[in-house]
Parts: sequence; C-alpha cells; structure tokens
Amino acid sequence: MAIIERPAPAGAPALPAPATPTRTYGALRRPVATTGWKSWVFTVDHKKLGIMYGVVAMFFFIVGGIEAVLIRLQLAAPDGKVLSADVYNQMFTMHATTMVFLFVMPMAAAFANYFVPLQIGARDVAFPRINAFGFWTLVGGGIIVNLSWFLGGAADGGWFMYAPNSGPVFSPSNGVDFWALGLQITGIASLTGAVNLIVTVLNMRAPGMSLMRMPVFTWLQLVVQFLLLFAIPVITVALFLLSFQRSFGATFFDVSAGADPLLWQHLFWIFGHPEVYILVLPSFGIISEVLPVFSKKPLFGYPFVVFSGAAIGFVGWGVWAHHMFASGLGPVSVAVFSIATMAIAVPTGVKIVNWTMTLWGGKLNFTAAMHFAIGLVVLFTIGGLSGVTHAVAPSDTQQTDTYYIVAHFHYVLFGGAIFGLFAGFYYWWPKMFGKQLNERLGKANFWLMVIGMNLTFGPMHMIGLQGQPRRMYVWTEARAGEGFFNLAFWNRVASIGSLILTFGVLLFLINVWKTARSKQVAPLDPWDARTLEWMTTSPPKEHNFDAVPTVHHLDEFFHRKYAQDPVTHEIKQVATAEDIVRDQEANADKHIHMPSPSYWPIILAGGLPVIALGIIYAIPVAIVGAAIVVLAIFGWSLEPSTAPDTDFDPPASGDGTKELAPLG
Amino acid sequence: MADAVVHHADHGHHTSTGLSNNKLGMWLFLGSECLLFGGLISTYMIYRGRVGEGPRPGNVFDIPFTSVSSFVLLMSSLTMVLAVAAAQKRDDRGTTLWLTVTGLLGATFVGGQVYEFTAMYNEGLGFTTSLFGSAFYTLTGFHGVHVTVGIIMLLSLVAIIKRSKVPGDKAEVVELVGLYWHFVDVVWIIIFTLVYLIPT
Repeated sequence: MAIIERPAPAGAPALPAPATPTRTYGALRRPVATTGWKSWVFTVDHKKLGIMYGVVAMFFFIVGGIEAVLIRLQLAAPDGKVLSADVYNQMFTMHATTMVFLFVMPMAAAFANYFVPLQIGARDVAFPRINAFGFWTLVGGGIIVNLSWFLGGAADGGWFMYAPNSGPVFSPSNGVDFWALGLQITGIASLTGAVNLIVTVLNMRAPGMSLMRMPVFTWLQLVVQFLLLFAIPVITVALFLLSFQRSFGATFFDVSAGADPLLWQHLFWIFGHPEVYILVLPSFGIISEVLPVFSKKPLFGYPFVVFSGAAIGFVGWGVWAHHMFASGLGPVSVAVFSIATMAIAVPTGVKIVNWTMTLWGGKLNFTAAMHFAIGLVVLFTIGGLSGVTHAVAPSDTQQTDTYYIVAHFHYVLFGGAIFGLFAGFYYWWPKMFGKQLNERLGKANFWLMVIGMNLTFGPMHMIGLQGQPRRMYVWTEARAGEGFFNLAFWNRVASIGSLILTFGVLLFLINVWKTARSKQVAPLDPWDARTLEWMTTSPPKEHNFDAVPTVHHLDEFFHRKYAQDPVTHEIKQVATAEDIVRDQEANADKHIHMPSPSYWPIILAGGLPVIALGIIYAIPVAIVGAAIVVLAIFGWSLEPSTAPDTDFDPPASGDGTKELAPLG
Repeated sequence: MADAVVHHADHGHHTSTGLSNNKLGMWLFLGSECLLFGGLISTYMIYRGRVGEGPRPGNVFDIPFTSVSSFVLLMSSLTMVLAVAAAQKRDDRGTTLWLTVTGLLGATFVGGQVYEFTAMYNEGLGFTTSLFGSAFYTLTGFHGVHVTVGIIMLLSLVAIIKRSKVPGDKAEVVELVGLYWHFVDVVWIIIFTLVYLIPT
C-alpha cells in the first residue's frame, strides 16, 4: 500500500510498493505488502475489511444453514432419528447463535464498512486500525463459539440461554463457557465498530453532506450503531455474570441459592430486543436504496423513513419485556409493554407505506435486487403482522414457546433481514467487484428462496397454533391430529421447504463463482443509481474519490446526471457517470494521505481468544493472552495511524505534481 | 480503550462537527460504559439484601475508611484537571508532575480497595458467600479494574511524554485520558452513594 498516493489515470497499473520503512515503532516495522495475503491480513482499508467481513459472514451462513437443515431433517418424520436429543439441543442453540451473531450482524457490518464511508464521501473510517481490530476480533469470537463442537459439545441452552438451562446442572459440558466467552469477544468487535462508524458518520462527511442529505442506508446504519453502542454493554454484564457463575462459583442465576432467575431474562432482553432492530434496520436501509433506483423515483417521504428509523431506535428500548409475558411479570408491566409493542409497529408501518408509495407510479425495473427488495416488503409485513399478535399479551401467552413464534421471527429475520442482504449483494456487487452477478440466476435464486422460505416457515404458524412446542427434538404420530391441520403433513412440508431454500442459497454461490470466472466488466453505473458510492470507479480506488465531492442535494449523483429543462420542465440527462468520474480525475486532490497498514490490530485481537481458552482450561494461559493484549496496546499506541513522510526512504517530497509517482 | 486515546486519525483536519474524532469516540465509549455500570449496579441493588448465612452489608462496611479513600479519588480529579491545564499551556513538566500525582492518588484508592476487600474477606464475606458478596465484589471489582487501567494509562502517558513520543496532539491525548478518569470518578460517587451510604 502506498502511503501517499497520486491519483492514477483510469486503467493505469497499480502503484509500485513503497520502500522499506526506516523507523520502527515499538517492536515491529510497518507492513508494506500491496499484493498477496499480507495486503489483506494487515490492511486497514475499509473496503478490504468490508469484503473480509462478508466472506466470514457467508462462511457462517453456510454453517448455520447446515445446522438448520439438520434440524428440519430430524423433524421431517415422527420420532426422528437423525440427531440425539442432546445434539439436537446443541444444534438449535448454535443455529440461532451463528445466524444472529456470526452471519446477519457481520454481513450488515460488511455493507456498513464498505458503503458508509463511500456514501458520505469519506476516504476511510475514523479509526481504520480499530476497524481492522474489530474484524479480527469477530473472527476470534466466531472460532471460540464454534470450537466447542470439537471440545466436548456446543452450547445447548437455546440462544437466549435462560437459567437454569445455562447452569452446570443442565449444561455440564464447556459449551456454554465457550458460548459466553465467544460472544463476549464478538461484543467487543460490535462495540468498537459502533464507536468507529458513529464517529465516521458524524465527523467525516464530505462538504455539503448535511445529515438530511445522507443516504437512508447510512442513516439507518447510524441508528443501528447507536443501538449497538448501548445494547452491547448490557449483554456484556449478563455474560460476565454467567461466566462468573460457571467458572468462579457465583450464584447469580441459581434459584436454589436465592437468586432471581428473571435477572438474566431482563438483562438478556434489554440487549435482545434492540438486537432485533440491529439485525433488520441495515436491510431496511439497503432496500431504501434499491427501491428508488429501480423505480426511477426518489424515495417517497425521505424524512419519514429517516425519523421513523430513529423512532424505532428509541422505542426499541421500551419493549423488551414482551419476550417475558409468560414469566409472571404482573398485569401493569404486561400492559405497559404490550402497548409499547403495539406502538413500535407504527414507525415500522410508516416505512412499509413509504416503500410502497416509492413503487407507486414508478418505472419499475425488475432486477434481481428489486425482486429481493419487494420480497422483503411483503414477507416482513407478514412477519410484522404476526408480531402484533404477540403484542396482545393473552394471545401471546398461548403462542409462547410454540412454532408460531418460530414462524414469526423467521418471517422478520429471513424474510426481512436476509432478503435485504441479498438485495444488497445483487445491487452492490458491480460496485464492489466491477462485475455484475448473473441476473437470470439471480431471479431463480430469488424464486427458490421465496418459495422455500414460505414452505418452511408458513406451515409453522399452523403447527404452532396447534400446539407443537419449539425446541422439542421429536414429535409423535399419535398426537399429530387429523385433517387439514395434521402436524405430520405440515412438518414434512416445512422440511421440504428447507431443502428448496438450500438450493436457492446454492444457486447464489454458483452465481458468485460464475461471476468471478467471467471476464465481462460491469458498466460504471449499471443501475442508473442515485448516491455517492457510484460516483467513482468500480471497484473504488484505495482512496475512494480522486476529488472529494461537494454535496448540494439529497441523491447527489442523480442530480449531477440529470437536470430539469427550465422551459419544458422535462428531466433530461446532462452527464453520464463516465463524464463525472473523468471530471473528478482531472481535478484530483493533490495530496492524499491514507492510513497505513499495521500488524497491531490482528495481534491485539489474537490475544482475546487466548484469554478465553485460558479461563476455560488453565488460568496461566489466560495470563499469556492478557500479556499479548497489553503489549499490543502499547505497540499500537506508539505507532501513528498514518505513517509520516519521513517514515520512508527516500523521504517523500512535498511538491504537488500530479504525475503518477511511485511514492514511499 | 487506551487504543482510542493515543490514536490520531485526522491530523487536526476539519471534521463535520468540529469535534476531533478521538474526543467524539471517547465520549461515545463512555456513553456505552454508563450502560455497563448501569447493569452491574442494578444487579447489586437487586441482590444487596440477599445475604444468606453470610454477613450483612452494614456489618462489613467501614464507612469512615471508604469515605477517606473516596475523597482521595475525588482529589485525583482535581489533579487531573491541573494536568490538562498544564498540557494545554504546553508545560511538559507540569503535565507529567500532575499526571504522576493523579496516578499516585488513584493507586492509593486501589490500595485502599485491596485493603478493604481483605478485611471483608477476613470477616467472612467471600466472593461466593452470598449473592450480596458476589454482586458487591463484581461491581466494585469492575470499578477497581477501571481505575487500574486508568493508572496504567496515566503512567504510560508520563513515560511517553518524557521520551517525546506522543503521536498526535499531546494536549488532546492528556484530555482524553482525563475524560476517562473523570468518568471513573463520577461512577464511584454513584457506587459509593448506592452501595455504602443507603442502608439496606
């Protein structure tokens, strides 16, 4: 990576590597590789980190998906023999944990990392090294959570890990220890990411990019990062208490010792309810970009979408106890949380209306991304409506712990969060990789997923209301019932649905593979997009923009391409994306200082899993891990984020010529 | 969060809010910390009466002693302010002097906490004796760790200033450590009031 870059003409070869640093900070010289694995492992570039987040999240999506299919195979027939009761418990616990913490959150982080700086016209995030640290921390946490599969059994108390299931009596293996410590580590990743992205959005916007000119994706990511900032410490406390109970003999959740089992439930859901908005709001943001572009209209009621997002962010803190209606909170609490839960449906409904009105009267272009975006609107509405039935406490008491709940949250999380992420893949792929995913495969991918998902989760409404409890590893023929509501039939449908879903995801992977092999280059602006991230090359240069744009409008890129004829009032194209990018290259900023790669983030992040393993197996190992962390913090602190010119030999000269100069 | 402290990303460049990235980042981090201590304090408040067979809070607390060590910690906020003032006047000697004094006062507080824990343990309140014991040691222990991290940051800063190795704006780095230090102090005022002064 060049430390100081001169803008290169389009198509020019990559800049040669800079010379070796002459000064060392702490113990290590800076990494300088610009190609090969080192250029990825030690990078602090938000785009590379975004792609790495995406790859890791996709890996865990496949892991979580395999776990889901095994669950459905077990339940496809009465008295299933595929999994034992014990392994089944581990399977559903790890399926949820993996999908929530290791797929949807990191995938949303992937898009946030890649696109938030681009959408606000910044060259990187505020703290690039902390960004790299967050990614490697996530990897470490994911490994710790999953390592338990190979070391005596995974966590088996359900993803919300209620007491007493989380205690040593019902969970004697180390699974829950790995789970608690692993999530503690991924929590550090989320927290540092939240601080980083909030500062980035608030502080690093391009000139003229006021808050109300920010793209909706960036806005909703800002809301999500605030939710993370305040929700993560609460789960941190809960996980610490759980670890202290399991490792050091405390009795925080042990009823026999006089503890209050509701303490865990409250702490978990004070985190857990904001968490569901953390999962779904990024996808809301993605389709708020996709729908206007493929409707050829601005987003209907931009301020309403933004403020209803913020409203969800606030009200989301006051509804957690609706997860606990069956725990005997008392009528006043139940009434309050019931009403608050119905209230939060309002800002969500506002968004649905805005998206629908964006489509209304638009010139609709049914691309794969548009398919997924419309799929989200429809499926999330179904999930939202069943959600309102949970808000009604007496009805919820009937539904608690049945498959009806499972149906609800898969409609909002699969139909909502995951469909939004897929819309993002198809929409932004050409920007990230310079190649378009195949549209025909993409649509097949969509239809398989939409059919598979409805066949899998639709019947769960019925089998849930019929009374089949969730988390039971078998169901019996004798109690399956008859006629239309026969459990055996609908369980089989759900299992077949999950296989169709699997083929849908497989088609996506095939699409990625085919696109990677294809040589066809995507046009600069394939969708006639509206926002700043499209106002640069695809994939963007390391410094994102040759000249940082000055923003005059919401949908700045659209306004640069189109203008209204003063006489006829017709909207006419006045420039192409190519013109705009060429113009930027011609007026490129002279000196662009980019943050330099560093060894410290990965070393610091590497210390954390060592501490976790030490706490579980041998305290001396934890001390070694802590020593790594402390030394890495010192090394990090002494190393400037951006290497000064004098760090390189020969020293970079300070003149402002614009020719392509290999600098270092 | 020592990493955010000595991090300089923006070279004093213009930012949209006018506030430096580091300072805004530190404020956000401290906002998050409020919820961490909020959770720990809530846990303690629920469990402080659940003493089982063990000693009651009133029997093990030595309020005059803890008042003195609380006073010492509060005074360290004053010396921290003096350190920041010296740093803003580019007075390296004053800065390192007051940073050192702040660190020593903090160390006195932590020493007092170690003494207090030992005394309470000898009176029969272990970490696993009762829910009160577990919650008390967890809450005050977390605070003690925060103070200790603060002391390490202060003393490291002294060493780095003496060797002129501060990356970025020195006065701002001192101010950031100061923000953290004041926050830890404020949290202690809340803990001292709720844990020690309000009778069960």
